[in-house]
Amino acid sequence: MTRLHIDWTACDGRGLCAELLPELLAEDDWGYPMARDGSPSPTVPPALEPNAQRAVDRCPALALHLTREAERPSAPTR
Amino acid sequence: MTDALWYFARGSGVVALVLLTVVVALGIGARSGRTAFGLPRFAVSLLHRNAALLAVVFLVLHVVSLLFDPYAQLRLFDVVLPFVGNYRPVWQGLGTLGFDLMVAIVVTSLLRHRIGARAWRAVHWLAYLCWPVALLHGLGTGSDNGTAWLWTVSMICVAVVLAAVAWRLTPNFTRFPHRAERKVAPRLRPLEEVR
Repeated sequence: MTRLHIDWTACDGRGLCAELLPELLAEDDWGYPMARDGSPSPTVPPALEPNAQRAVDRCPALALHLTREAERPSAPTR
Repeated sequence: MTDALWYFARGSGVVALVLLTVVVALGIGARSGRTAFGLPRFAVSLLHRNAALLAVVFLVLHVVSLLFDPYAQLRLFDVVLPFVGNYRPVWQGLGTLGFDLMVAIVVTSLLRHRIGARAWRAVHWLAYLCWPVALLHGLGTGSDNGTAWLWTVSMICVAVVLAAVAWRLTPNFTRFPHRAERKVAPRLRPLEEVR
């Protein structure tokens, strides 16, 4: 599963990511990105991964990262 | 045929200067966080990058053609070591200096994601040195330094960059002028370095 991590110490709210990834990100009133699903690190569906990568590459503040986590099986039950 | 290299070197140098002017203006414009010419922000940023890479192409053509030009007699180390040339060393040296700065700016930009935002930004500021150096090199050296057309081109370039810098210095430059300046607490700085 791929997630889009926003580094808030780096983000400068230039607005490129919300343009490149409008499916996942919207701009708040001050131009900072806001995940549409309200989560701090939105999940990136496979179909949107190329666009997410583009947003990561273009971010002028290098504030975006894609993190890939292995799909974990559900917690074992006792 | 030998003259062709000389003409080509002059032409490609002027094209590189014009492209660098566009790059500087677009770079400043992109910093505002605004859309421009009906282009979205990311397109302005890509145009800035691609125009810069095209300028590198013309700069390389400019230098390579002079390496093989029988008049310029550019030696291989004149390409990287400024102010030691045989022909108008100061003006030629400015060209070498501009080339070195340009290489530094482009390489750090291409490796931006590896070297981190702070190092990249520090080197990228050298663009404000690189552009005037390139301009002076063009005006001072070569066979075209007194011609009206080169002065006209150069002065248009100066006007464009000065206008962009003047706009950059106005309080309403950015998209959200009333937004607080981004500040990072000192204890978070080490984390920024790691990024």
